[in-house]
Amino acid sequence: MLPVLASFVEELRRSGLPVSLTEHLDAAAALGQVPLDDREVFKGALAATLVKDSSHLPVFDTVFEVWFSLAGVDDHDAAVDQEEDGTLAELLERALAEGGDELLQELARRAVRHHAGLERGGRMGLSYHHYRTLRHLDLEGTVGRLVEQAGSRAGGEWEPLQERLHREELERRGERLRREIDAELRRRLIADRGAAEMARALRRPLPEDVEFMHATRDELAQLRRSLQPLARRLAVRLARKRRHRHGTLDFRATVRRSLGSGGVPAEPRFRHRRPAKPEIFVVADISGSVAAFARFTLALVHAISSQFSRVRSFVFIDGLDEVTRFFSGEDEVDVAIRRVNTEADVVWAEGHSDYGMALEAFWDRFGDEVSGRSTVLVLGDARTNYHEPRSWVLRELGHRARHLYWLNPEPSAYWDSGDSVMSDYGVHCDGVYECRNLRQLERFVERLAA
Amino acid sequence: MGHRFPSIDAVRDGLADVAYLTDDATAGVVYLADRLAKPVLVEGPAGTGKTQLAKSVAEVLGSRLIRLQCYEGLDESKALYEWNYKKQLLRIQAERATDWDDIEHDIFSEDFLLSRPLLEAIRSPEPVVLLIDEIDRVEVETEALLLEVLSEYQVSIPELGTVTSSTVPLVFLTSNNTRELSEALKRRCLYLHLDYPDLDREQRILLAKVEGVSEHLAAEMGRIVRSLRGLDLKKPPSVSETLDWARTLVLLNIETIDAEQAVDTLHILLKYRSDIAKATKALTGSGVS
Repeated sequence: MLPVLASFVEELRRSGLPVSLTEHLDAAAALGQVPLDDREVFKGALAATLVKDSSHLPVFDTVFEVWFSLAGVDDHDAAVDQEEDGTLAELLERALAEGGDELLQELARRAVRHHAGLERGGRMGLSYHHYRTLRHLDLEGTVGRLVEQAGSRAGGEWEPLQERLHREELERRGERLRREIDAELRRRLIADRGAAEMARALRRPLPEDVEFMHATRDELAQLRRSLQPLARRLAVRLARKRRHRHGTLDFRATVRRSLGSGGVPAEPRFRHRRPAKPEIFVVADISGSVAAFARFTLALVHAISSQFSRVRSFVFIDGLDEVTRFFSGEDEVDVAIRRVNTEADVVWAEGHSDYGMALEAFWDRFGDEVSGRSTVLVLGDARTNYHEPRSWVLRELGHRARHLYWLNPEPSAYWDSGDSVMSDYGVHCDGVYECRNLRQLERFVERLAA
Repeated sequence: MGHRFPSIDAVRDGLADVAYLTDDATAGVVYLADRLAKPVLVEGPAGTGKTQLAKSVAEVLGSRLIRLQCYEGLDESKALYEWNYKKQLLRIQAERATDWDDIEHDIFSEDFLLSRPLLEAIRSPEPVVLLIDEIDRVEVETEALLLEVLSEYQVSIPELGTVTSSTVPLVFLTSNNTRELSEALKRRCLYLHLDYPDLDREQRILLAKVEGVSEHLAAEMGRIVRSLRGLDLKKPPSVSETLDWARTLVLLNIETIDAEQAVDTLHILLKYRSDIAKATKALTGSGVS
């Protein structure tokens, strides 16, 4: 068992999970205490000792499935069934309607065997075979049909609520079927290619390492869910101005207290410090070159505005517009973003980002409102399209604001290449941070505390 | 050293007896915590029974539950121990004549020590369950205070020496994940992620916890709640809110939930107006999503 565990831990580390030596030892000790024939318990013991962050659990699951599935193919009935698609469709209908585990597994096995197009020594990825298998199963159509049938059976009393619940139940079963298909494919692929190779092929970055600029839609949704706690943390960090726990000595309260200990001031009392209310100006580039980042940025702005009462947000391309009104009191981040994208007046000339123009507009219209209590966050790649940078605006802002930070979604190696003028702007900021993934964003938030 | 639980099944069944229905993974972690003498860090959405897990385990074992509620600004004098200054002063003033060495020896003895939850758990002669609730609320610096307690089960008091526990307490830490906990802390703990229960378990929880709920109603509620959790809500309904909802429906004598009744009682499940609006639309509206 121990060598297998070692290779498993090794693979987790390659996937980016920070598994320490202590945790590895704990896992070994845990396996000594639980019955190894119960797969759920076995998996639970490994997860409890090796994974310390819920966002890492999906990665753990994948590696676990690869490492500890029964490899090998049971082709015992390969000769028996040569059914056509008709029966497979029937089986699908039955499996969805009844939803039994065995039925779904059986269906997955058959579908994979007939339609996945697996061949020995093949090179295609799991998702390709998954897609090929599903193409032969009319999953969505069947769900729709079953819902309709159930509806007509129920007659006129079929309420939208019931229909919704029924549909969801069927969709859930469909989802389980997909997972079974994945599991079946994985088993067969591991038998063919080996676990190490499969693990390598299935490796995905951890949520905190996914780059904003290249994130898939699911990943973006996931990232946005992580934003709310991060914004709350940011709020706490920015609000806590000084790190002393106490204020100045409260002499009167101390003397009053000392009466209890015979006039000896044993317990000094302190005044409470009022946390400073920060005022935040977020200025974000939403031009096409940073479009993926911009969506994320706006979600971040939305999360921040829900934490601070005094956030003012601005977006720009080659013009600049204040968008605070779209975010304040709007709970739906998508609605807010849609309104920003359609209603904000940010294109004044040709629609390519012009930092100089936008920054000067910000200074002219809102510069007076930036004060010693304000923190200014600029989000953008600092690519000016060879327009004049007008970095004097940042110099002035840096003087006037309490803090001025710049977050750049580009790798720092690209800064100052081509039309990027990051250094011109950066010298005036309190800090310029590369911000390509959640991990870096978190590091920025943590650093604000120091 | 004796173990508290003979097997994982014993954990699960014991918890079920006190109406805390859990799955094998959770029972396994509790079992391991006992066997490996390690604290458990429990994370997950609000209202999934993190705190209740510790309470129920204490109930099963018949142990005392010592609870440390964390908050920002918690320090060692509230978490570990504090010298009773007033008593010390009185002692000093009472006998000015005595030799100072004697007094010093005297006032830094256990008589003048005020135990706070952590020290109390360590000093307790009988085994206890220690619950450190919402650990994510304390600052990172304060977290370090816990490390000695959690890994060695001892507390060092400079004036007195080291207090070591005679019995290892079973420790649960809960976190709502409002900030990243330190690596050092996480390394010392077993990790348990408590998520919303699946349909079947939620039904069983409803049946076990709320009197007068029929199987039919529990099944229907379970499906509606699951449907609501699938929406992108600010605060999805938790298990405890589902239980409140069940109690309400029982009081109202509702046996089969239709959309109208569901919408009328939504405010028990959901706590934001925007969430209620969204859910109303989903439950009554076009229906086809």
